Amino acid sequence: MTPLTEQDSPGFTRGYRLQHDKVRDQWLIQAPERALIADPIAAIVLQLLDGKRSVASIIDELCSRFDAPRETIAHDVMALLSGLIEKRVLRL
Amino acid sequence: MTTPTVAPPMSMLAELTHRCPLSCPYCSNPLELERKAQELDTRTWKRVMDEAAELGVLQVHFSGGEPMARPDLYELIAHARHLNLYTNLITSGVLINSDSMRALDEAGLDHIQLSFQDIDQKEADRLSGFKEVQPRKLEAARLINEAGIPITLNFVLQKHNISRIPAMFQLARELDAQRIEMAHTQYYGWALKNRLALLPSPEQLQEADRYVKAEEEKGGLAIDYVTPDYYADRPKPCMGGWGRRFINISPSGRALPCHAAETIPHLSFENVRETSLSSIWYQSESFNLFRGTTWMPEPCASCDHKEVDWGGCRCQALALAGKANLTDPICTLSPFHKVVETAVAEAQNTEPQTLHYRKFSS
Ligand code: SF4
Ligand code: SF4
Repeated sequence: MTPLTEQDSPGFTRGYRLQHDKVRDQWLIQAPERALIADPIAAIVLQLLDGKRSVASIIDELCSRFDAPRETIAHDVMALLSGLIEKRVLRL
Repeated sequence: MTTPTVAPPMSMLAELTHRCPLSCPYCSNPLELERKAQELDTRTWKRVMDEAAELGVLQVHFSGGEPMARPDLYELIAHARHLNLYTNLITSGVLINSDSMRALDEAGLDHIQLSFQDIDQKEADRLSGFKEVQPRKLEAARLINEAGIPITLNFVLQKHNISRIPAMFQLARELDAQRIEMAHTQYYGWALKNRLALLPSPEQLQEADRYVKAEEEKGGLAIDYVTPDYYADRPKPCMGGWGRRFINISPSGRALPCHAAETIPHLSFENVRETSLSSIWYQSESFNLFRGTTWMPEPCASCDHKEVDWGGCRCQALALAGKANLTDPICTLSPFHKVVETAVAEAQNTEPQTLHYRKFSS
């Protein structure tokens, strides 16, 4: 598998989607036969994915919203997204 | 009585119909199948889904019988999607063609679980009681792939198909399925009636375990292996525990904590035609009866495993020990465990057995 770069624009694979569970007040990734809980940080990142927007632009937006060095944010975002691509939850 | 700590259900199994073109002898439907005239109508199913979403259900599994036997299936899927419910179709695939596939796709279906009897064509025909079943399933898989809907292949394992497990994995890879479910038959309903003809021997079980392990080592395919109860020391947490995660709606609208619950005598079940899903989930006698741990007899009551397997399956306790409120006899600590040992000993018998195909009683 080719590694994720900041120029890629990943999106959810069909069969997976992000959803707010209003009854339990938490974010979930709906998946075949299960629902994975997305922690609040992951939920913020994943809400910005639409399959068109680049990872770089997502990182930039997070930099403008959170007080942390770009490098740190970029590292966390790349780790989160790569992990989900490996699990086929996201696609490039 | 309301238990205040009860969590909302995660999933709803919508058994749209008991009708099915196939007649598998391991079918988990009850021996007393419900007829078309008793089935809930479209409006009621939609209302039930509204209530389910409100209650906290996240996923709806459309099953049966063969859910595609219902012409309003597409409308129901679209309605569920509109409510932001995750939609999964559990199908034998024999009613999938390019038209029905397009309709499923347009309705927004999230995922399909396609069931197979076997890899061998003749055996698949014999087990399903349906001619030329395999080519139709393969064609269905091709159409699903073309539409881009993720697919899980489901194989029901029993003594006659264990030797072909490697070919089942190969098919999953050829079809680029993300997941494969290898489920040993669970002996309820029709399967219990056919246990002698289906239960594998201990050697066959080891063979199955070996195949699965070898495939897992290759990676790239998610394998969900459901081991057979009869060879386990501890039971499975049936449905994740009674009234904890699942609500099952029968074709005529009866709300069940598990699909076999109707076998339990003297227990009555509310119908969604008359009672709201929320009141059924939180208040009904049937959902509260075996919920949690207070109902438990010994040896479960003082066992530190009791919140892991919740004492196993109530219907299996009933079927094998004669009473639903006993420890599941699958557990080696159950005083009735001998029944399971006897069944396993009988499974060594290799004489051909007659299969009882599922049918509507006359
Ligand atoms: S197990 Fe066989 S007979 Fe029963 S519903 Fe499924 S396909 Fe039909
Ligand atoms: S005694 Fe009951 S709780 Fe303990 S392992 Fe057996 S079935 Fe589970």
